[in-house]
Amino acid sequence: MAHAYTPGLRVTRRTVIRKRRILPLKGEVLVGVGDRVSKDRVVAQTDLPGNVVTLNAVNLLGVTPAELPGYMLRQVGDRVEKGEAIAETRPFIKWLKTTIQAPVTGAVESVSTITGQVILREPPRPVSVRAYIDGRIAEVVPDEGVVVETSGAFVQGIFGVGGERWGEIRFVAASPEEDLDPANIRPEHKGRLLVAGALATLTGIRRAVEVGAAGVIAGGIRDRDLRELLGYDLGVAITGTEEIGLTVVVTEGFGRIAMAGKTFSVLKEREGEEASVSGATQIRAGVLRPEIIIPSGAEGPDAAAAPGQSEGMQIGDPIRVIRQPYFGRIGAVASLPPELQTVESETKVRVLGVRFEDGSIAVVPRANVEIIEE
Amino acid sequence: MPDLNVIIATDCGSTTTKAILIEKKGDVYRQTYRGEAPTTVEAPFEDVTRGVLNAIQEVEELSGRKILDGERIITPANGEAGVDIYISTSSAGGGLQMMVAGVVKAMTGESAQRCALGAGAIVMDVLSTDDGRLPYQKIERIRQLRPDMVLLSGGTDGGTVTHVVEMAEFIAAADPRPRFGMGFRLPVIYAGNRVAREVVEKTLGDRTALTLTENIRPVLERENLGPARHKIHDLFLEHVMAQAPGYRKLISWAGAPIMPTPGAVGLIMQTIARKQGINVIGVDIGGATTDVFSVFGEVFNRTVSANLGMSYSISNVLAEAGLRNILRWAPFAIDEADLRDRIKNKMIRPTTIPQMLEELKIEQAIAREALRLAFIQHRALAVGLKGVQTERTISDAFDQSATGESLIRMMDLHLLVGSGGVLSHAPRRAQSMAMSIDAFQPEGITRIAVDSIFMMPHLGVLSTVNEQAATDVFDRDCMIYLGACVAPAGTGRPGEKCLDYELHLRGGRTERGDLSVGEVRVHPLKEDAEARLMAQPARGFDLGAGRGKPVEATVKGGVVGVVVDARGRPIQIAEKEDERIRQITEWNKAMDLYPK
Repeated sequence: MAHAYTPGLRVTRRTVIRKRRILPLKGEVLVGVGDRVSKDRVVAQTDLPGNVVTLNAVNLLGVTPAELPGYMLRQVGDRVEKGEAIAETRPFIKWLKTTIQAPVTGAVESVSTITGQVILREPPRPVSVRAYIDGRIAEVVPDEGVVVETSGAFVQGIFGVGGERWGEIRFVAASPEEDLDPANIRPEHKGRLLVAGALATLTGIRRAVEVGAAGVIAGGIRDRDLRELLGYDLGVAITGTEEIGLTVVVTEGFGRIAMAGKTFSVLKEREGEEASVSGATQIRAGVLRPEIIIPSGAEGPDAAAAPGQSEGMQIGDPIRVIRQPYFGRIGAVASLPPELQTVESETKVRVLGVRFEDGSIAVVPRANVEIIEE
Repeated sequence: MPDLNVIIATDCGSTTTKAILIEKKGDVYRQTYRGEAPTTVEAPFEDVTRGVLNAIQEVEELSGRKILDGERIITPANGEAGVDIYISTSSAGGGLQMMVAGVVKAMTGESAQRCALGAGAIVMDVLSTDDGRLPYQKIERIRQLRPDMVLLSGGTDGGTVTHVVEMAEFIAAADPRPRFGMGFRLPVIYAGNRVAREVVEKTLGDRTALTLTENIRPVLERENLGPARHKIHDLFLEHVMAQAPGYRKLISWAGAPIMPTPGAVGLIMQTIARKQGINVIGVDIGGATTDVFSVFGEVFNRTVSANLGMSYSISNVLAEAGLRNILRWAPFAIDEADLRDRIKNKMIRPTTIPQMLEELKIEQAIAREALRLAFIQHRALAVGLKGVQTERTISDAFDQSATGESLIRMMDLHLLVGSGGVLSHAPRRAQSMAMSIDAFQPEGITRIAVDSIFMMPHLGVLSTVNEQAATDVFDRDCMIYLGACVAPAGTGRPGEKCLDYELHLRGGRTERGDLSVGEVRVHPLKEDAEARLMAQPARGFDLGAGRGKPVEATVKGGVVGVVVDARGRPIQIAEKEDERIRQITEWNKAMDLYPK
């Protein structure tokens, strides 16, 4: 293959960011191309079919399925109120009468003469999609949703939990090496996105939830703590719907790892500004990484365009090693020998030389580094 | 079908599209060149044919044969240009995801599951009248899942219609939507009681894209999975693939219907088992899923463990197997918290490879557990039909396995084939052999192989157009035979006698062994060589002829040789950590698994 390396995570001060905001089912788009939208603005909405309730009517009435239609007081398509009689028997002795009352408000969906089931459907449930970022509508996908565009800082994390939230960026660590210390989290951090350095500690995250912070961003998290936080062991990396009171984004990986200096400084420069964050991560087909977006509010021709496909690895490119024995260390590509080499595990692989920030040099498989992309 | 001399085949996987060139050399077909390129189903390309063309282009460059004329595959072959046919399989975009429904979970529910799995699908859920869920829970589940396709079965022909119609009503009430194509109707296959067809059509006809086919369980005593499987393949092409980017073009290029990758693997395994008259187990361990195939007594079964794999799903192996089970294969102690973080890091960065030896050992320990768990799931489904009335004698009353008995009899297994990165690309072949033996624990005499470059999908679809080409290439180029495993079944205390044997090699040389319980020994025997084995298991151990009975057989060699495994079945691993580490280290040394 032409490019056998892990595509890097993007960490950039200024770029054009486009987000597709699509409904789960077809519905109505509420904005037009060119409209300015704020992150909490509803841009599209639809109705999800309501829940259904099944009633074994023939058992309740003591009749056969074929006879059932004759006992129905409400027919398919009729609206019913909770508690309203929908079917009843007509015995000679009135007090032997059996009545079925609607257990929910809704409509009669079907009456089966084979199974004797009556299905009621509750009213549709509205769902809406918000803009998620402050920006401009760049495109409308008819009946489905929109594409919102903005320019600003864009930071991809490697893993996250929790959904889309927004808040002002506040630092609770002085350096990329510093862990999330619960003592630094105060009531005024309510609704804020808290940035720590190395480790999102369990006590720190719990304290952040307690004060009502919107999110926590850090270099790493311990798997043991994640399990405590979620209440279960995460089997596959498909996240974004966890309800843990906030959103967590880690930028480097699992364990205690200092946040890459560049990521820390990009966020630090925008401290005090509003950002949108999502923890949604999906590693399989259709890769999705968690993200932090800080719009500049000046989208337009002056904003740098999003970079195209990377052209491969070059000498001097900044990289992060993503596997032992140098896991989490940042450096630059020093050499790219073309021939296969045998590493300690006896695996034959293409390697590269990396010069770490302290000047030391090491050889690692190319598959075990990722480019820190602009 | 005209004479096929040059064949180009691709498998469009989720990440990589692999192309192989097969050419007829004299009387036999050989796989000659291969190429691969990233799959291009997703943005920014969103056209699967780009990756296919790139992979074929690599084959062109390596072989010197001109196959493409711009964006067209040249057919038929003419001298040094073109190919006679292009064929392909696909698992891109997550493969074929199905939901199946039956009336009784252990009967039509299981049959429907076997049917969908055998066709190459991932079964997202099995709904049945007796699955313990309330009607509204079933409906909610159908709605949430968004499968590519639904298979509805239930009832024997002429039997009661009520229950299967009830399931149809639930599906109708859920008003399910397919995964791809927001405005499209979901394909539903009805393969249940013939008598209920009309009502099912009335219930589902205007809400779904309904297809009717023969009942998969026309009578309790017989499964009839073929017609429904064919319908699944047809609908896979018409509905699911046609929605995926670029597939309409790909379908038009192909000279045979494009098949789901695992469906094609199942086909080649069945062909091999039938032609050679053997029982086969195959396993494909990927990053996200592990597929197990078996053919025993001509009965084919496939299962897919959707969340057992070596990268995307590696963390789930830890969750399901438990840390203790993984660590028992590691010849060292390791800190639990550290191991957890390492496994999660592999999950979020799935393409990394172990640079350190210790990391390789950990990955291979995890692989053993992923394979073991996938095989347990396979055994649970590869069973005889349940619910069948059999005449029972008083002695049968003590034997509860009269129906629903497992079809997998390890003593009768002839060939175990492994594929997937961790098995096919292990730095030493002996590591692949050790992982296969530890996970599957074959009994008696079993040949073990790996698929060199995961060519089985290509060969499966090829077998539909030219069986000879498929089997020629399978034997000569696809399989790398690792050797034979000779393993007496039974248990004993470490140090007790287990097996005496002689291996009579070509040229009159004889190697003798006398193994105690807990020992492993390897005898090199080349891939094309055979040896005559004469073995006498100790009392309590069975090598195929019964406990303590002598066995004489021919064993075939491989790149590793003949592994005589006297660790017992199940393999006995010491409880105490230092004892266990000593044991694993000895086994690893006996098989020369790792550098010193």
